[in-house]
Amino acid sequence: MEAFKIKRVFSDDLGANNPVFAQVLGICSTLAVTNVMKNTIVMCAGLIFVTGLSNFTVSLLRAYMPSRIRMMVETLIIASYVIIVDIILKAYLPDISRQLGPYVGLIITNCIIMGRAEAFALSNPPGLSFIDGAASGLGYSYVLIAIAFFRELLGSGSIWGYPVLGDWWTNWSIMVMAPGAFFMLAIFIWIVKGVLEKETGGEKK
Amino acid sequence: MSQGIAFYAIFFAAIFTNNILLTNYLGMCSFLAVSREVSTSVGLGSAVIFVMTATSVLNWLAYRYILVPLDMIYLRYIVFIVIIAAFVQLVEMIIERVSEKLYSSLGIFLPLITVNCAILGVSLFMVIRNYTFVSSLFYGLGSGIGWAIAIVTMAGIRQKMVRSRVPRGLAGAGITLIIAGIMALAFMGFSGMINIT
Repeated sequence: MEAFKIKRVFSDDLGANNPVFAQVLGICSTLAVTNVMKNTIVMCAGLIFVTGLSNFTVSLLRAYMPSRIRMMVETLIIASYVIIVDIILKAYLPDISRQLGPYVGLIITNCIIMGRAEAFALSNPPGLSFIDGAASGLGYSYVLIAIAFFRELLGSGSIWGYPVLGDWWTNWSIMVMAPGAFFMLAIFIWIVKGVLEKETGGEKK
Repeated sequence: MSQGIAFYAIFFAAIFTNNILLTNYLGMCSFLAVSREVSTSVGLGSAVIFVMTATSVLNWLAYRYILVPLDMIYLRYIVFIVIIAAFVQLVEMIIERVSEKLYSSLGIFLPLITVNCAILGVSLFMVIRNYTFVSSLFYGLGSGIGWAIAIVTMAGIRQKMVRSRVPRGLAGAGITLIIAGIMALAFMGFSGMINIT
């Protein structure tokens, strides 16, 4: 039973209920760093850490939280974890921390974390909430990493900072600039929605 | 570094060349969710302008006179978000008093201003770029106006688009993102006029 539940939570968050495609949540803070893959992966790792642990904590405290101020409490829990991530990044990856700038702090306002805390952690036990949070973070991360991959490849002809496309390639500089991210994400949503619709037999949800 | 840039330059840059939504991707969630009707988006836009201006000033004061002297800069995220949340509560109460209709149409989105990345983002950028008090004020105001322009424009386009045929998988979020991309392209036309980084 328990194993079945965990599996369902996992596949739900990664597939049909993926926060980016199904709900278009939380693309704000992380979309900005998808022009280079390295930054994206660091950012995503931080995000998974925060979603998992804040879901866990909210779930632990859910019986003690007065419902009037629960948003505030949740925000404070999330902010504390983000501070931890920020301090760790500053200590161990100072270069990337400088490049990410304010975006690490903006994990706090990422709608996914709040959304999962409200929708899942408030009504489920801590263990399962942790898995749900981490899975949501993961589902979100693979989309962004895919976007970062294409943006870096097309925009600067490199992957992970190593040039792979050679001299004949003309960089699409639009890809590393703001509009590129919007177009890329729209194309991704289009493809995934098309695939999902085929799976459900073209039914409209 | 901010001493060299006049506050009016920061103001215009925040609206056009460094639009918080179209170049920094902040405030996307409410941008996608509330941009279906012009009237609602005007309401939200004005609320954001107000909140952003006020919070950037309050956060600047809190940062300069409380956090820096006490050497507790690492607590800035918590302090900023608490100030913002308290302020949004205030705006909510005011709107509820002033206009019943606006209150009911904005519904659940008003509390979402708290988690609107743009509001916190403005405060964080202002701290990182070392703005002075006046610059922060105008940066907050300009960013708010820029965000409002973007969302109202988007709502106008989406209202016109209701009748047009959109590929099925692209309907909703997909097409909105593509429009945002084209808007970002259009706003890139302003770049080079002023530049703040």
